[in-house]
Amino acid sequence: MSNAIITQAFINQCRTLLGKDNVISDPERLKVYECDALVALRVMPQLVVLPETVEQVQALLKLCHHHGVPVVARGAGTGLTGGSISVENGIVLGLSKMNNILALDPDNRTARVQAGVRNLAISEAAKIHGLYYAPDPSSQIACTIGGNLAQNSGGVHCLKYGLTVHNVLQIKLVTMTGELLTLGGSGLDAPGYDLLAVTIGSEGLLGIVVEATVRLLPIQPCIQVLLAAFENIEQAGTAVAAIIAGGLIPAGLELMDNAAIRVTEAFVHAGYPVDAGAILLCELDGPEAQVEADRQKAEQILKTHGAVEIRLAEAAEQRKLFWAGRKAAFPAVGRIAADYYCMDGTIPRKHLAGVLTRINQLAEALGLRVVNVFHAGDGNLHPLILYDMSIPGDYDKAELLGGQILELCVEVGGTITGEHGVGLEKLKHMCVQFSALELEQFHRLKQAFDPKQLLNPGKAIPTLHRCAEFGHMHVHQGQLPFPDLERF
Amino acid sequence: MLSRDLTSELQAQVQQALATKTALRIVGGKSKAFYGLPSSAQTELNVSGHQGVIAYEPSELMLRVRAGTRLIDIKSLLAEHGQMLAFEPPAFTEQATIGGTVACGFSGPRRPFTGGVRDFVLGCSFLNGKAELLHMGGQVMKNVAGFDVSRLMVGALGQLGVMLDISLRVLPIPEAELTLTYEVADIMNAVQKMQSLQGQPWPISGLAFCDGQLKIRLSGAPSAIEQAAQQLGGDREPQDETFWQELREQQSAFFGGAEPLWRISIAPATPMPELDGRWLIDWGGAQRWLKNTVPAATIHEAVAALDGTALCFRGPDKTDWLRLEPGVLSLHRQLKQAFDPEQLLNPHRFTPEL
Ligand SMILES: Cc1cc2nc3c(=O)[nH]c(=O)nc-3n(C[C@H](O)[C@H](O)[C@H](O)COP(=O)(O)OP(=O)(O)OC[C@H]3O[C@@H](n4cnc5c(N)ncnc54)[C@H](O)[C@@H]3O)c2cc1C
Repeated sequence: MSNAIITQAFINQCRTLLGKDNVISDPERLKVYECDALVALRVMPQLVVLPETVEQVQALLKLCHHHGVPVVARGAGTGLTGGSISVENGIVLGLSKMNNILALDPDNRTARVQAGVRNLAISEAAKIHGLYYAPDPSSQIACTIGGNLAQNSGGVHCLKYGLTVHNVLQIKLVTMTGELLTLGGSGLDAPGYDLLAVTIGSEGLLGIVVEATVRLLPIQPCIQVLLAAFENIEQAGTAVAAIIAGGLIPAGLELMDNAAIRVTEAFVHAGYPVDAGAILLCELDGPEAQVEADRQKAEQILKTHGAVEIRLAEAAEQRKLFWAGRKAAFPAVGRIAADYYCMDGTIPRKHLAGVLTRINQLAEALGLRVVNVFHAGDGNLHPLILYDMSIPGDYDKAELLGGQILELCVEVGGTITGEHGVGLEKLKHMCVQFSALELEQFHRLKQAFDPKQLLNPGKAIPTLHRCAEFGHMHVHQGQLPFPDLERF
Repeated sequence: MLSRDLTSELQAQVQQALATKTALRIVGGKSKAFYGLPSSAQTELNVSGHQGVIAYEPSELMLRVRAGTRLIDIKSLLAEHGQMLAFEPPAFTEQATIGGTVACGFSGPRRPFTGGVRDFVLGCSFLNGKAELLHMGGQVMKNVAGFDVSRLMVGALGQLGVMLDISLRVLPIPEAELTLTYEVADIMNAVQKMQSLQGQPWPISGLAFCDGQLKIRLSGAPSAIEQAAQQLGGDREPQDETFWQELREQQSAFFGGAEPLWRISIAPATPMPELDGRWLIDWGGAQRWLKNTVPAATIHEAVAALDGTALCFRGPDKTDWLRLEPGVLSLHRQLKQAFDPEQLLNPHRFTPEL
């Protein structure tokens, strides 16, 4: 990592490149860049730059490369892992001023947008053509497409429509040396290595995305939502597997446990059955006749697997109400707990019931409460761990439980992050999921893009030394990893 | 289906190659040996014996198989459970393996509607050029831990690693399918018609044009495709699957003849490049096949002018078969270095310098 210090001369050079207003160095204005949505992690940046053009991004990176100054990209700062907070002696490069939709092409069904464009803005602009951008993270009003690309973000509908990586055709990437590369193509499969795929989800470690061409889909004419109540979570979990095995791919398939049902019902009064052990929300979309056929099939499967009650929402208003509780889950939990910590592991669906039971046991052992709302269709868990920052030791307990949950995910064949990424928060758990050789391969991959290691250094991929320090060991086939490293 | 684990043998062979600095030509069923430049390596590393299903769970929509497993075996196993590889890969011969399919990155007519190979790869285990066995990605659809190395393997022609097993997302086979045929005289009219169809939420899973005929494949519940077919009109194809199968496997009359076959990848609504020859349009306009004998440079330039890329898929002369921008090419070389520092794996499959 770099030892360069940000000098006044360097700041002046930034001002010459960007103009005074777009270079922030006074503490008052820097404060907003101190953290992302994981507020427990904070680093006050020394300098924030807000370029307005691709040329300015190129010139800035060239300058930073020359002086050995690390660069952290930042979209809207809604990340949940500390990915966009500053690093030592580094600058934060915000994309917020590059927020133009450059072209909407209804014939090719694409939108070409700058990195700072908000996710939802794309669908809003495409609506007049009967088109929309499918990936819909819950944060879509605020988060940027650059951030979505860096995290390979998903949403409620990714079971059917895929993650960011499935919906992007081309990006423009500025490398650390200031070179502008076009990755992907105007068609579907570009020649050569799939450099587009490897940059998606790379958390700002490989380059700065300045522009993206995303695919748009036709808005579906018919949408229906089923709400099914179950006596216990095991049955709900089995029903999820049965729906998929039955040949249905719902647009969304979400599960809430009893704690989540009660908390959200008290908050939004969606009419959820508060005595149910779990509810499933199953959204079906498509041509009318298809939705009708799918609904019949889904109802049948839900019934055979123990649904005690099934409700159907056809009208938009009713659908909204069904979803209201699910969507309000975070703020609802915010009302009953001083603080909460949102985890994000993925597991094979068949382990849903077992893992949820285990999570509750682990929580009980630590005297903590957990609320479960999650993307059941793709096995992506979001346990919300409730704690109270003002009680000494409570945060540490929450963090400990979070770690145990992630390790449990890996144990059953899943992963430590389904959509929120690693950032700073989950570095430790990367050591559990990957071997030393695999981590080293990741580092060599990064160096192929960024030999001086100046882009978001220290995030996403832990060094082997850090893994040894953490003492969290990936044990694969009985071998102790990092045998040649000193133990702490 | 045969099940045989050759991990140790294959790893030993790569270790040996590393020790003796002998480059390796990785082969599966050799069904796609025609594709790209022939590797300069003389020593063969045959993965086709490394076969079998490691895990298949229909309710997880997940299949993990060894790289040497034959595509036809995979297809029939999945079909028993009403599932399929939704990228509809071409096999070209019965010997085709899943490893070769992923390394070439080939997808069939369903590509624009359900996704390509890379969209379905969840994870893979491979040996890098240092003979290290690495596991990347996983067996779940949502996974953002670490760089997406398994997708990077798709289309890399084996240059970044010897794939040992691959985890794939699978999908249910549509309940019913049917094909509609329209006579469309002018090729540009056909391209435009394809765009207006794709701009609407029709249940389409194939959209191609050849010899004055526009073909639309519909997939879904019988009632849904019946309704769509009635609204769309056109003639119903009696032998539904044959057209798509021959298109996918490049067996239809269009693919005959001695001229080189070019694959043009382009934004689907783009006008036709000004190039003589015979055309077949697939992927709703995003993939266009061209049979002609025009010099490679002329083709590359005409297509690049329309912001597309051309690639000589089959032909006797591959010297200028594909072009990469200088900045992108140098990134390829750095990545190759990062995975295979001794340049042992399938060297020169892309260009004389890659
Ligand atoms: C309430 C809430 C709900 C959420 N729901 C979801 C959800 O449903 N699904 C989901 O996937 N995520 C969700 N998230 C997480 C978050 O919104 C996403 O990760 C989002 O993509 C981040 O976008 P951003 O613009 O805020 O990026 P930031 O937080 O600003 O940055 C995130 C990372 O991307 C990098 N980055 C940003 N822009 C660029 C660029 N142009 N080039 C290179 N790197 C860049 C940063 O360096 C950082 O590492 C949620 C967050 C909140 C607070």
